[in-house]
Amino acid sequence: MSYLLEAIDLKMQFGGLMAVNGVNLHVKKNEIVSVIGPNGAGKTTVFNCLTGFYEPTGGVIKFENDEVQGMPGHLISRKGMVRTFQHVRLFKDMSVVENLLVAQHRHLNTNFLSGLFKTKSYRDLEQKAFAQAKFWLEKVGLTEFADREAGNMSYGQQRRLEIARCMVTQPKLIMLDEPAAGLNPTETVELNQLISDLRSDFDMTVLLIEHDMKLVMDISDRIYVVNQGMPLANGTPAEIQNNPDVIKAYLGEE
Amino acid sequence: MKMNRILSSLVPSLVFVFLAFPLLGIDMSPKDLKLTISLAPSNSLTFILVAGIAIFLFQYFRFSLMNTAEFVKTTVLSSSVKNIELDKLLANYWVWAAFLVILFTWPLLLGSSTSLDISIKVLIYVMLGLGLNVVVGLAGLLDLGYVGFYAVGAYCYAMLNFYFDIGFWVALPVSVAAAATAGFLLGFPVLRLRGDYLAIVTLGFGEIIRILLNNLSSITGGPNGINGIDKPTIFGLEITKRLKIDKEHGQTIYDYFGFDYDRMYMMMVIYFLALIMVLFCLFVINRLQRMPIGRAWEALREDEIACRSLGINRTAVKLSAFTIGASTAGFAGAFFASYQGSISPESFIFFESAIILAIVVLGGMGSQLGVILAAIVLTALPEMAREFNDYRMLVFGALMVLMMIWRPQGFIQMKRPSIDLNGESKA
Repeated sequence: MSYLLEAIDLKMQFGGLMAVNGVNLHVKKNEIVSVIGPNGAGKTTVFNCLTGFYEPTGGVIKFENDEVQGMPGHLISRKGMVRTFQHVRLFKDMSVVENLLVAQHRHLNTNFLSGLFKTKSYRDLEQKAFAQAKFWLEKVGLTEFADREAGNMSYGQQRRLEIARCMVTQPKLIMLDEPAAGLNPTETVELNQLISDLRSDFDMTVLLIEHDMKLVMDISDRIYVVNQGMPLANGTPAEIQNNPDVIKAYLGEE
Repeated sequence: MKMNRILSSLVPSLVFVFLAFPLLGIDMSPKDLKLTISLAPSNSLTFILVAGIAIFLFQYFRFSLMNTAEFVKTTVLSSSVKNIELDKLLANYWVWAAFLVILFTWPLLLGSSTSLDISIKVLIYVMLGLGLNVVVGLAGLLDLGYVGFYAVGAYCYAMLNFYFDIGFWVALPVSVAAAATAGFLLGFPVLRLRGDYLAIVTLGFGEIIRILLNNLSSITGGPNGINGIDKPTIFGLEITKRLKIDKEHGQTIYDYFGFDYDRMYMMMVIYFLALIMVLFCLFVINRLQRMPIGRAWEALREDEIACRSLGINRTAVKLSAFTIGASTAGFAGAFFASYQGSISPESFIFFESAIILAIVVLGGMGSQLGVILAAIVLTALPEMAREFNDYRMLVFGALMVLMMIWRPQGFIQMKRPSIDLNGESKA
């Protein structure tokens, strides 16, 4: 069985602190997989290891069967694994469209001379990038804000723009770090719909960190539970909901 | 309440008098191996008194002064209505055409070679400002040693010309390449640094270049510099009074067109040359700003981590900004050397870097129009008001402080290129 993303015995140590200890993840193509756990469990650290922001102390990460642990972040992203952040990280002083154009950097013609003389290939690629940006703006409902500075939008809109910005890079796996944090209930429902659409319409694989249990249970195919850096359980939403260890970790013992 | 105000105004003025009197009010002169102490001449004493009163008055009326300043600020300086009008004005091609016409007829309007000299200096600073604007304004890398690249460009042409008799037009690309290489090489080690650390390393680099030029006397002529650098030629025609480069077969531009030599004509030719070079820089950098690489510069300034997660190679993007900035400085440097005819390390002190940085910050980070405006203000004004030369730094400092209070975003705030979703990018 081959997986799109595979993490085996992942370890991350900061000095004396074992932030992640022996976490295993297996994500198949076109799945929606969630990672949950109490605050400080090491979920974001796992994300940071997977996307090359940290170099894991131990373990193997395979993306499409290539080992990627310790690779620079931008190369991992180019392989098709992109992420959003727990705190929105947009290019705040740039316009919404520009945010989406920057994200397509590696698909554009970055040759200095062809840009200077606006060669045909340069213009074509630029045109395609605009089309792509336009498409995704419409998809996340931000078309009317295209010219607005990204930092001036509401929080929910910024969250959606961040997802759109990931999608225009044409990834294979999109990793969302608490996408529902700070959203109101209506926005959370919209987000739920958007993530489902990503999978069904765009053939996307999604790895999700989230605290909103309703959202997690609704859309996940499988769930990994992490507690204090260690894997606690994994399985379908129904299995997790009834797992005594998970209940204990979240609610304490009776 | 009123007593309180008088008291709080009195204290600073008394403190001033107390401090100033021993320093300025007492005259100490040696007489027969002894120190005689006497009261200073009356004008010093008057000065202390007047300054003391001025401080008192300023403190006393501070609030109403502040209110006036606030009023001026809201009504005159930062009204958004004005900005919109400016945008509209700039969108009109006729305005630009008029600008160009004025720029090209400028020397005819001036009529003196001194003011032309100032104009040429302004143009050089515009070039430098545009280059540094890429590094500081767009890519957000604080570079305090920018003058180092300027020096590399200038010395590269000067030495090529001095040792190998290579002409301006051949040496120009070499100078640009040399400065770009310097930028690239400096870029590698300093890319890991940010903010203050980067500023200090680049500051050191600028000083290293200057000290190298000073001490490699056998090659660079040391503090005396290099003299007798050739002026540029125009399509092979020389622009100096007598033939200098090719004494046997050459021809001056004046003989060719049947003019008599006049220093004014030579300056005009150089002015036009500088103008064309500025327009070239303006065009290239403006285009770069709208290219993927330009967007990546700004994105990197905004958020490095997000850039990394989107597959942008930070190293390459930062290096490109550094290199482009440096090559612009080299471009300006080569021109500077040929215009001056002689260069020495004196021209490349840290103060120059500070001025260029001030041009970028004062003009408005990232805004090309702002940079041009600030270059004019900061270069032409001190030259025109030579009498006030002693107070130049004072005015300079005051201007900076006032700007930081009133318009921290600079003269002209950078305008985002507005993009039509149908794929056309408008001006």
